[in-house]
Amino acid sequence: MSELGIVYALLGAAVAVLLSGTGSAIGVGIAGQAASGVVTEDPSKFAKVLIIQLLPGTQGLYGLLIGFITLSKIGVLGGGLADLSVQTGLLILAACLPIGVVGLLSAIAQGKTAAAAIGIVAKKPDQFGKAMLFPAMVETYAILALLISFLSVTGIQV
Amino acid sequence: MSNTKYTYAVARIRALETSLLDDAAVEQLMGCGSAGQALQLLADRGWGGSSAEPDMESVLKCEEEKTWQVIRDVAPDMSVFDVLLYPRLYHNLKAAVKAVCTGVKHPHIFYDDCPVPGKEMMRIVESKEFSRLPGNMPRTAREAMDILLHTGDGQLCDICVDRAALEAAAEAGKRSGERIIEEYADTTVAIADIKIAVRAQKTGKSAEFMRSAMAECSSLNVGQLISAALAGADEIAQYLQETSYAGGAEALRTSPSAFERWCDNRMIEILKPQKYETFSVGPLLGYLIARENEIKTVRIILTGKKNGFPDDAIRERIREMYV
Repeated sequence: MSELGIVYALLGAAVAVLLSGTGSAIGVGIAGQAASGVVTEDPSKFAKVLIIQLLPGTQGLYGLLIGFITLSKIGVLGGGLADLSVQTGLLILAACLPIGVVGLLSAIAQGKTAAAAIGIVAKKPDQFGKAMLFPAMVETYAILALLISFLSVTGIQV
Repeated sequence: MSNTKYTYAVARIRALETSLLDDAAVEQLMGCGSAGQALQLLADRGWGGSSAEPDMESVLKCEEEKTWQVIRDVAPDMSVFDVLLYPRLYHNLKAAVKAVCTGVKHPHIFYDDCPVPGKEMMRIVESKEFSRLPGNMPRTAREAMDILLHTGDGQLCDICVDRAALEAAAEAGKRSGERIIEEYADTTVAIADIKIAVRAQKTGKSAEFMRSAMAECSSLNVGQLISAALAGADEIAQYLQETSYAGGAEALRTSPSAFERWCDNRMIEILKPQKYETFSVGPLLGYLIARENEIKTVRIILTGKKNGFPDDAIRERIREMYV
């Protein structure tokens, strides 16, 4: 049964990376469409809209971080798989869920907010700082999820 | 993710909205001593083509074409803009029917930037292949030809085609599935109905005439509007007070040009909230109407200055700007 434990743990790492990565791809894609629209008419705004476009990309990095810590913890990276019970494997899977689920949804929401913020930059480029803040607000919840996933994964005794 | 299909288009429109004329720019145009100076000011803002000595008509036509080109470039689905193309399409039908029935042909009476351009429309009407026309046009074309051939009354032919155009616009609004397009189409029909009522009252037309000219819309009761028009101008204003077109009642009392101005301003008013939309077709429609509105305003200013109209007379006709 110890093999099933490692399967659950790996599933946790996969959920963290897959869901948050998918969310970031969709979010960056939405913001990228808006950025392309603005740059088509005004290429001088490229740098500003690029920064805003990248904001929904952070969730993917958070998922990667949790996935990396999980793989490291269960010995997939260090060599020599840890002998995990089913219960520990499930605990690690549960620990990875916050960043997976919140990463997916918050990145999509952030992508939409970033697209709207790019509209601010298109019309009032001097308001770039304020425009950045609206999508950055969504980031708060991805960070909270990252914190909980990080504390949980590192806190589980293997 | 279907609600994000307008993201690129809206962002591009947002960037273009910065070059729309605002109230300050209109004031600058008004401050110009002559139509030539005003044209130069517009050329400095990028209006017109590369012509060294631009004339008013070519500059305005060029701007109209630029606007539609942008919309064609960015819109994922042009069919939602059918409602805006119908006036030109039905104008072509009306012109072709009259040209064929009277045998008098003028090459410059057609619009070419619409789904059925002038030459094509003439071929269809001449050969009576009406089934090649879209929507309710085949029936309308047959009716309009019959009316003109049997009665020789151009006005009856006009109201037949104009009413069909209004019905087609209302239908296209509903078909688009976009709330703002539907609202735009309904307002277009309502304003056309109000204009018909006002003009019919002034010329003493019958209820039957008005009924055959007006199209149904959800924001006005056509029956009540006709009764008001039969009773008098004050009654029309009184009826409008009870509807969402109350502002029109006030404008009607001021002057006919104030009423025309109110009609355009009303349209801009319903579109203004679209400046804050990010994921819908609304900003595209807003930009399109805003451009048409500013082109109309520039035409009024240039024509007024060219003909030496006093500033007050021009100002009375200046439309509200979108930005």
